[in-house]
Amino acid sequence: MLTAEEKSSVTALFGKVNVDVVGAEALGRLLVVYPWTQRFFEHFGDLSTADAVMGNPQVKAHGKKVLESFSEGLKHLDDLKGAFAKLSELHCDKLHVDPENFRLLGNVLVVVLARRFGGEFTPELQASFQKVVTGVANALAHRYH
Amino acid sequence: MSLTRAERTIIVSMWSKISTQTDAIGTETLERLFSCYPQAKTYFPHFDLHTGSAQLRAHGSKVVAAVGDAVKSIDNVASALSKLSELHAYVLRVDPVNFKFLSHCLLVTLASHFPADFTADAHAAWDKFLSIVSSVLTEKYR
Repeated sequence: MLTAEEKSSVTALFGKVNVDVVGAEALGRLLVVYPWTQRFFEHFGDLSTADAVMGNPQVKAHGKKVLESFSEGLKHLDDLKGAFAKLSELHCDKLHVDPENFRLLGNVLVVVLARRFGGEFTPELQASFQKVVTGVANALAHRYH
Repeated sequence: MSLTRAERTIIVSMWSKISTQTDAIGTETLERLFSCYPQAKTYFPHFDLHTGSAQLRAHGSKVVAAVGDAVKSIDNVASALSKLSELHAYVLRVDPVNFKFLSHCLLVTLASHFPADFTADAHAAWDKFLSIVSSVLTEKYR
């Protein structure tokens, strides 16, 4: 899937990412850009405006959790399905999340990385990240039944 | 799906900045498209798609100019892009999935060039607007 070079460039860039901040921004933007995704977070309180979402402490906390998990996954690029097996079962059996949401979040994350890294987020680096987010989304969907 | 007044304002105001860099934005968007979604290259067997290619730059410019036409007629995108809609339906016949790929790459390019302007609201407005443009371009497919 990824060459050694791609793995190393992805890891290098992600090493500079503040997981708290980027996680919060990615999840927040998912909820703002694709408001139907709010269906999973009705218990999060005020999601009525973009400002409310982006400032919501539960969104921030959950965004951080999600990106920490993604970060962990980056250490297992050779076996994403194994690494995300348990989480896949959780998202299917307990959370009932349509895997399409993983694809949406992956693309939002790519946009957030582009915004934060600017020119450093080259087309080649984006291509590598697109493979990673697709791999993670597929791994999270793998145990669905 | 249609744009709110607030969304239209965001798009039109960002466009005034984007329009000063249409070549760069267009070229980069296509470079991202072909890097991330190499299958999109199948529509351009007659092009030199290497970085720096004059054809890539010219085509990127054309694509961004068309988006600009849609922005200028933001209240009636269907009429502004009517000819392009026919072209895509009857001549080019680009599979509709590619409009999602291209839109995503344009969003990434905008985010990278305009980090401060590309707020969550702007991101939402642009995603929605490009989705409308894509719909218009595919509405005559069948």
